[in-house]
Amino acid sequence: MSLDRSDIEKIAHLARLAIAPEQTERYAADLSNILDLVARMDAADTEGVEPMAHPLHMTQRLRPDDATEPDRRALFQAIAPLTEGGLYLVPKVIE
Amino acid sequence: MQNKTIAQLAADLRLRTYSSVELTRHYLDRIERFDPRLNSFVTVAAESALAAAERADRALKAGDSGPLTGIPIAHKDIFCTAGIKTSCGSQMLDNFIAPYDATVVEKLAAAGAVVLGKTNMDEFAMGSSNETSFYGPVRNPWDENRVPGGSSGGSAAAVAAHLCAAATGTDTGGSIRQPAALCGITGIKPTYGRCSRWGMIAFASSLDQAGVMARSAADAAFILDEMAGFDPRDSTSAEVPVPDYVDALDNDLKGLRIGLPKEYFGAGLDSRIAASIQDAIQEYERLGAEIREISLPNSPLSVPVYYVVAPAECSSNLARFDGVRYGHRCENPRDLEDLYKRSRAEGFGAEVQRRIMIGTYVLSAGYYDAYYLKAQKIRHLIADDFKRAFAQVDVIMGPTSPTTAFPVGAKMDDPVAMYLNDIYTIATNLAGLPGMSIPVEPVDGLPVGLQIIGNYFEEARLLNVAHRFQHVTHWHQAAPKGFE
Repeated sequence: MSLDRSDIEKIAHLARLAIAPEQTERYAADLSNILDLVARMDAADTEGVEPMAHPLHMTQRLRPDDATEPDRRALFQAIAPLTEGGLYLVPKVIE
Repeated sequence: MQNKTIAQLAADLRLRTYSSVELTRHYLDRIERFDPRLNSFVTVAAESALAAAERADRALKAGDSGPLTGIPIAHKDIFCTAGIKTSCGSQMLDNFIAPYDATVVEKLAAAGAVVLGKTNMDEFAMGSSNETSFYGPVRNPWDENRVPGGSSGGSAAAVAAHLCAAATGTDTGGSIRQPAALCGITGIKPTYGRCSRWGMIAFASSLDQAGVMARSAADAAFILDEMAGFDPRDSTSAEVPVPDYVDALDNDLKGLRIGLPKEYFGAGLDSRIAASIQDAIQEYERLGAEIREISLPNSPLSVPVYYVVAPAECSSNLARFDGVRYGHRCENPRDLEDLYKRSRAEGFGAEVQRRIMIGTYVLSAGYYDAYYLKAQKIRHLIADDFKRAFAQVDVIMGPTSPTTAFPVGAKMDDPVAMYLNDIYTIATNLAGLPGMSIPVEPVDGLPVGLQIIGNYFEEARLLNVAHRFQHVTHWHQAAPKGFE
């Protein structure tokens, strides 16, 4: 599997990573090598095999729908990069 | 003091031969003296450690103590600790002070353990050499030009150099066992779900498991006794009773059936390592074990499968680092997309970005069936291999790592070569089984690890099997020179 510059740009956008133009070649080569390693999977016959989603085949445990967490907004926002009036601030999204 | 076992330290503390404050100061002094050479700690928490030691001394005086009261340990910097920075080895979290303790941290604190600090690690636990850390590489105490292994390389180096009595680690594809092997210590990765993942920063949620790095199986048993158990806050935590691991240590090994997978002794394994492993197996025969050759036919596919499953889960887990609620945020974002993209590109190192991109790619529209679904199917085949094996044997043994510790920088330019370090450890994670690494005869003065894999929830048997070996051998007592 060989990825080119435009593949990397597309993947980086989906992953929300600002990859510098001078790094795309390197990432294209590295990711292509990793996908070559991954391609060894093709040798396995998986016809009729169930995919394994969980090592212990557990089902999702449910709990009663009760509020158990106290309000700790101030504590959590103390480590936020930018807040105001109890809100997280981001650049303007809607003009 | 630093050469004593946890049981000896606990006995001394109870007899007031020395106090926990004195013991803690001793370890803090050792860290100050030796860690500039190793870089095994990201944060040393002297003040809170001494405060915890004072509390431990009061508990010891009052006769209200357990086996870990006053014992100085370290946490891998992936476990959230309220009030102490939790970086996960990343610039992304260089400014992150968690508002709460991880369950594992909470449980060990409740048991009276003293936390000396947080140990260095590969960034977000992605690496096998501890070279991807934002805080620089960790050095192997056996040869400071070599890597300690990874991702729990800081914990492994700190335990090996006797800078703490034991340390926590995490293992997603070998991150406890491989550094334990390369640093000559004892490491145990329990069954998936055995220890809580709550407050342990997620890398690949279906593989991640917390465990112990210690100098012996007995020491590890004391720590695991306090760490393991069901946690309602972790939705994948196993509701399975926890036996007393210390109690089971001395069980007789007569009739123990050991399986040797032929796939773990093939091409790619250093022949001198193979000889060390065979010597250890012979020791087990002398202890009454029976040896059988087994086959894990799909295990050669474990590395390719892992490099689909782990990056896929990592790309999803690491989506939370967006520069908004905590962690690194870029300067002067033009708009929201720029905020996300630059915060993430600046905050994450190259290996983390590679894995996020691989994960994003294999999960993207049109590729899911060919990669992720295919990988999950082969994962089933790999787990079935083990199931068949455990119908014939009690434990599986083989090498932990195909090589001894390699020089710093040797594999940094070749991600695929780095990934192949975990060729013998990854299958265990994919199946969710418990695994251990214990030191056997070194090669050229560098530690070699014997891997022991058990059936689900058989940590007690693994620790027992390791302990009986350590009872009749001395490899686990060897210490690197220059740290006296």
